[in-house]
Amino acid sequence: MEHITKRFPGVLASDDISISVGEGEVLALVGENGAGKTTLMNILMGLYQSDEGRILINDREVHFRGPEDAFRAGLGMVHQTYMLVHNMTVLENVALGYKNAWKHVRVDLDAVRTRIEEISTRYGLSVNPDAYVWQLSVGEQQRVELVKTLCLGARFLILDEPTSALTPQETDELIALLKNMTKELSIIFISHKLQEVKALSSKVTILRHGKVVFSGNTDDYSSQEIAAKMTGHEIVLPKNRASMPDGEEALGIDGITVMSDMGTKALDNFSLSVRSGEIVGLAGVSGNGQRELAEAINGLRPVESGRIVLLGKEIQNRSAHDVIQAGMGYIPEERNTEGIVPSFSIMENLALKDITTEKFSSHGIVKKDEEEKNAIRLVEGFDIRCPGIATAAGTLSGGNIQKVILAREIDRKPEFLVAVYPTRGLDMGAVEFIHQRLLAIRESGIGILLISEELDEIMNLSDRIAVIYKGSVQKILNRDEATKERLGILMAGVKEE
Amino acid sequence: MTRGFRIAFRAAIILIAIVAAVVFASAILWLIGADASRTFYIICIEPLTKMLHISEVLIRAIPLCIIALGISAAYRSGIINIGAEGQMAMGLLAFTGVALAFPDLPRPLLLPLALIASMIGGGIWGYIPGILRAKLNVSELLSTVMLNYIAAQFYSLCLRTIFLDPNERIDGTGNPQSMRFTENVWLDRITGRLHYGIIIAIVLAVLIYVLLWKTTVGFRMRASGSGARAARYAGISVGFYAALSMAISGAFAGLAGGVELAGVHRRAIEGITNNYGFSGVVVALFGGLHPAGIIPASFFFGLMIYGATLAPSKVGVPANIVQVMQGIIIIVIVTAQMVLSNTYFQDRVWRRYQRIMKKEA
Repeated sequence: MEHITKRFPGVLASDDISISVGEGEVLALVGENGAGKTTLMNILMGLYQSDEGRILINDREVHFRGPEDAFRAGLGMVHQTYMLVHNMTVLENVALGYKNAWKHVRVDLDAVRTRIEEISTRYGLSVNPDAYVWQLSVGEQQRVELVKTLCLGARFLILDEPTSALTPQETDELIALLKNMTKELSIIFISHKLQEVKALSSKVTILRHGKVVFSGNTDDYSSQEIAAKMTGHEIVLPKNRASMPDGEEALGIDGITVMSDMGTKALDNFSLSVRSGEIVGLAGVSGNGQRELAEAINGLRPVESGRIVLLGKEIQNRSAHDVIQAGMGYIPEERNTEGIVPSFSIMENLALKDITTEKFSSHGIVKKDEEEKNAIRLVEGFDIRCPGIATAAGTLSGGNIQKVILAREIDRKPEFLVAVYPTRGLDMGAVEFIHQRLLAIRESGIGILLISEELDEIMNLSDRIAVIYKGSVQKILNRDEATKERLGILMAGVKEE
Repeated sequence: MTRGFRIAFRAAIILIAIVAAVVFASAILWLIGADASRTFYIICIEPLTKMLHISEVLIRAIPLCIIALGISAAYRSGIINIGAEGQMAMGLLAFTGVALAFPDLPRPLLLPLALIASMIGGGIWGYIPGILRAKLNVSELLSTVMLNYIAAQFYSLCLRTIFLDPNERIDGTGNPQSMRFTENVWLDRITGRLHYGIIIAIVLAVLIYVLLWKTTVGFRMRASGSGARAARYAGISVGFYAALSMAISGAFAGLAGGVELAGVHRRAIEGITNNYGFSGVVVALFGGLHPAGIIPASFFFGLMIYGATLAPSKVGVPANIVQVMQGIIIIVIVTAQMVLSNTYFQDRVWRRYQRIMKKEA
């Protein structure tokens, strides 16, 4: 790709970008959220048209009018959000795009099956063609996406943040798989996790504000150097070094049992206690009851037995509204669907929880100027980068959406905060910002329950670390007792003597 | 993209849409051997030439507007109310009940009382599917349609039994109808049959705008509608607002019935609902679910409905054919709207235009 420029209304998304990838090479495209990585790849796939510049494949200039053209040229992309039909089987999903198997009105499913088997043995991607997509874990769904793309004959893979939704184990598997594939394929992968970049790529290109700020061989630079080039300044993730807090118990969870959506016990006699001014990190592989725990605390899921006490008040089985009124702050897992109303403006989202309070309304009429003042103040205070406070929140990048949520939750002055995967999928700059804020809240004497599967995050921030496994607490460690290895073993369900 | 290009693009799309609508509609008229240009004149222009005609268009636009306003409130809260037909029928019944029960109350008392009754009647009929959806997650598409059937039959039954005009039993026109209401429940007329319901419709439009965009209740309704999950996580009782919005929506449909009785018919007869409940859904969507769009949209639909009644006598085109033509026109307009709001398409045309210009240069 040479001299690619793309303008969107009000933004220059790509500014004279040139990149090149050789056969069998892996190029890591890194940069903060909103740096223009995805836009660039969408141009390459023919989803957008560039305003200037050209694309060359094997020295021949190509024009893609749509993704179909790109497929034909041997390009394949796995998007950040998977494009699979949930109530169809893996086989049917692959058949959807695999035009070779379309015989007039009939689809030759056997041919598709053979093709899937061929691909999965060649690249070591095991998938069950007859499983329904909704039955698969996120990691398995991603394998399906890979198989689907490869079945179409891709010789050149584009992966948009392939690991952002994966557990650490799945991430390791994926990297091993991709390494194996580079024998036959070229890959561009978008990421902001630097371990992966180091582990997988041969070349790295860094984008910032739509410009290439750096290109080089991965091996010549350390993770720190790349991180610094990415954000434009040194990144040092803050650490919690304060002494053990000795405040009163802020949140007490006493032997609760909670059902999952499937009707099985997601939490089984789960107990945990968090003091004021303390961060308790809850480590665990996702799917061990974390979601249900956060929902039960916040009044979104019934508690079958046991008690949840917030500052002396029982809050189990109260409505979400009551729990919020009792002083609970919540950063939910799915920031796009649970944290914000995507079509609402930033301004409205910042007032979402408090619209009926005197601050934002009187006698049922919304005080628009208060809403605006509040938004302007928070956008500035939390460095939310947006075209304006009337912008729909759903159009922001992940990091900025998270800042909107964080701003709302912190500014409400909660008595306690539950933060679920607060930095998932965010770039280093945003992670740094959010970690600093969480530590600042802790300093002000508020207890935080931090649910995460990033062990670095948990170890950097927590005073105590609890490990959850199959719905109960496996073990609680003090910060200085925890090592990555020890936590990893506990998360895998091995009991310590 | 230049400003000139954008204007030219819009103009071109609108022109193409008009031409397409005319061509399709003419083809149908040609098939049945009618005079196409004369028919168009009768349907689109003639109703606007005389005050009498305009007032007839307006009295059809009034119930459409009121119903569509209610539907937009429900739609914005995440519920698709296709039960306005039934809610309107219940409003008619409640209004008739009050009007016949207290014929001698003074007008300043009786008229508001009857109108409020019609709102309550429709409101309850809307609240039922709302609460079913909120508590038991029953699809409102299913429940509202079923309630339409029930309401229609119940209306028919009442008209033939408790509300039946005693004189009807004696001289029997064959059409079941109630006694003519006393003047104490009449809405005055401005000109022709045009009544003061038009003021009510405009006031309601302002009310809906204020409710949805200026109040905390509206804020929460819209939040529930556009992001139910996030709304729930923010402590908003999504179910409550679903039920509330349906009650409001039903009350509007019921009131549309009440206004129709007080202003136009002044007695309960068959066929007052006249599919307004269904057309109201189209008007609401057509008007962009916003009062400022619903008012012109309801006028446009009123024009179409009235045009269909003129065509048979003036040019001998059956009303059914006019409805077919209207269907075509609506589809073409909706398509044109979609094309106009598709910025990607505009972008593509712009690029092609540039390429052509380059070649020529």
